[in-house]
Amino acid sequence: MLRILAHILRTGIVTEPPPTINDAALETLGLELRRAIDVRFGRSLALRFIDAGSCNGCELEVHALANPYYDLERFGVGFVASPRHADALLVTGPVSRHMETALRRTWLAIPSPKFVIAAGQCACDGGEFGVSYASYGAVENVVPVDVKIPGCPPRPEDLMLGLLASLHSKIEG
Amino acid sequence: MTRFAWLPEFETRLQTAGIAAHAEKEAPPARALRVAPAEWGLAATVAAQYGCRWAGMWAEADEARMRLYCVLDYAGDPLLLSAEAPLETPEFTSQTPHFPAADRMERHARDLFGVIFTDHPDPRRWTRHRAWPEHWHPLHPDQAGDSPAPGRTPADVDYPFAPVHGNGVFEIPVGPVHAGIIEPGHFRFHAAGEPVLKLEERLGYVHKGIERLAVGRDPAALARLAARVSGDSTVAHTWAACQAMEGVTGVEVPPRALALRGLLAERERVANHLGDIGAICNDVGFAFAHVQTARLRERWQRRSRECFGHRLLMDTLIPGGVARDLAAAGRDALRADHVALRREIGPLFDIIDDHPPLDDRLVGTGVLSREHARALGCTGYLGKASGCNFDLRRDAPYAPYDTLEVPVVTDSEGDTAARVRVRMAEVLASLDLMDQLLDAMPSGETAAPLPTPPPDAIGLGRVEGWRGETLAWVRFDDEGRIARYFPRDPSWFYWPALERLIMGEIVPDFPVCNKSVNGSYSGVDL
Repeated sequence: MLRILAHILRTGIVTEPPPTINDAALETLGLELRRAIDVRFGRSLALRFIDAGSCNGCELEVHALANPYYDLERFGVGFVASPRHADALLVTGPVSRHMETALRRTWLAIPSPKFVIAAGQCACDGGEFGVSYASYGAVENVVPVDVKIPGCPPRPEDLMLGLLASLHSKIEG
Repeated sequence: MTRFAWLPEFETRLQTAGIAAHAEKEAPPARALRVAPAEWGLAATVAAQYGCRWAGMWAEADEARMRLYCVLDYAGDPLLLSAEAPLETPEFTSQTPHFPAADRMERHARDLFGVIFTDHPDPRRWTRHRAWPEHWHPLHPDQAGDSPAPGRTPADVDYPFAPVHGNGVFEIPVGPVHAGIIEPGHFRFHAAGEPVLKLEERLGYVHKGIERLAVGRDPAALARLAARVSGDSTVAHTWAACQAMEGVTGVEVPPRALALRGLLAERERVANHLGDIGAICNDVGFAFAHVQTARLRERWQRRSRECFGHRLLMDTLIPGGVARDLAAAGRDALRADHVALRREIGPLFDIIDDHPPLDDRLVGTGVLSREHARALGCTGYLGKASGCNFDLRRDAPYAPYDTLEVPVVTDSEGDTAARVRVRMAEVLASLDLMDQLLDAMPSGETAAPLPTPPPDAIGLGRVEGWRGETLAWVRFDDEGRIARYFPRDPSWFYWPALERLIMGEIVPDFPVCNKSVNGSYSGVDL
């Protein structure tokens, strides 16, 4: 136990300040909250995550959001295990045909008002895989998308900025 | 022993079994033999009895013929076995009865090409769920068009899982959408009380048509696709694909590029092992290790981006070399990083290695015996933790490993703790290898232009990725474009091993067992 405490003390705090959100950043993120969100959720965002066909690169970077450098939870943004508990859906990957129904059902299970964030190039526009016999390409080809965070995969800063911007808009909206 | 000294004896064995084997066009480093389609299964029996490791299979088709390939490895030598049948009656005997690892790859070939295995024990679909009609096979030459079923894809609800009967036996369905941030797949547990009687996996959810997307691409575009076969193994898959393409074009990849590729592959190994060691600890509630390794991994990835332009190292390899040179400042930074990481993981790994509450959950959990690991064809940390002493970097070395001494760490316990130990040892070994690569970094070019391959050229790439032996098969068409690409991720052998090692364990130990194996979904769904 002492060894562990000593290690923690030696390590100290490595958490970094969040990226700043400005209008230009919102613009470049392509923030398109199409529907006015008429209910305020409070200063927290519960996300349900779904991989609809990705190569797993995006998941690695979504995981990185939990590491002590980013520590996303300090902003009230957290991942929940059930879509019933979620405010928004975070989707990665081009949507494979085999995940179409699962994605649609997960989206339906989230209580309204809800919004969808497409994370990663594939989710935004199909990326390297595009539309094929096995893939629908962009997430918006299957469920409506409000926010797009491009990148292959998006860096944790990009994901963080996108998520904070969503939170920001939601509270403002 | 010289390479392939065993081959004449193996050919005699085939002959004795009544199999006529003909020498075929080689795909260096592999030698090639062809047998009759009816003897495809029998040839596997002979190979199994001879002690070959079964390392993967795939199909290919043109307007007239269906062709199967499988790779058999003996002492690091790859033997490419093939068989051909007319396209109208693509019938072969199955290799599954002799190599259980062949089961899913044969079903994959059947689903995508319409290959008929006359004695395959499992008639169920694997990669094709319910998106396409029964007789539509996306890679069959007659079906180059788009899917004939454009409507919504029904859920794969009626997959007939093998039932387990008995008093108090119940089923637990899990997935395809999991509670955490992981890839989609379905697990069907049969349990009686807490112990798992049987686990059956249903994968294929992230099938995105990689093999057909590859057709018609040029080498650079294939490398980009290969980089996205499995996001965590981007270096391994790109390198394997590049090796396959480079082998047949006669390009001389500059020594500096090869050394940098080695460096990139080891960086990928370290990053993934760090992440997984922490994630395994986290799954049994030891958050301290998770936070510490996540911190180290983050710093590692930031340096990757700084030196090579990408946090996960995607698109850092290109056919003929690497995309970006390592500057002198980067080299110094990497050296300093290695020193710092060694200093940090010393005490950290000591704690993980000697922390009784952690041992309580990991020791003896999810044991994969050496016999099973061998029979299932496991390589990488999964095989090594179960005593399979094989590593391509040492046993069939390719540049730059041919000039390095690669220490291969194995363990005999085969449990989750052993898989953690092997990973920790591999991190340390990789740091040494990277230091050696930096010390002896050749100067010069970092890429050579790829000449046009000869018509109908074929190539096999073999790379020891962080997860184990990673293969890539490439066939060029007459214009130098890709006619066939098959990436064989080590996960094909990891998933069946997971089904085996969870038997008898309690359901709550499944997450940590799964994490310690960490098979790729995308890498096998293709």
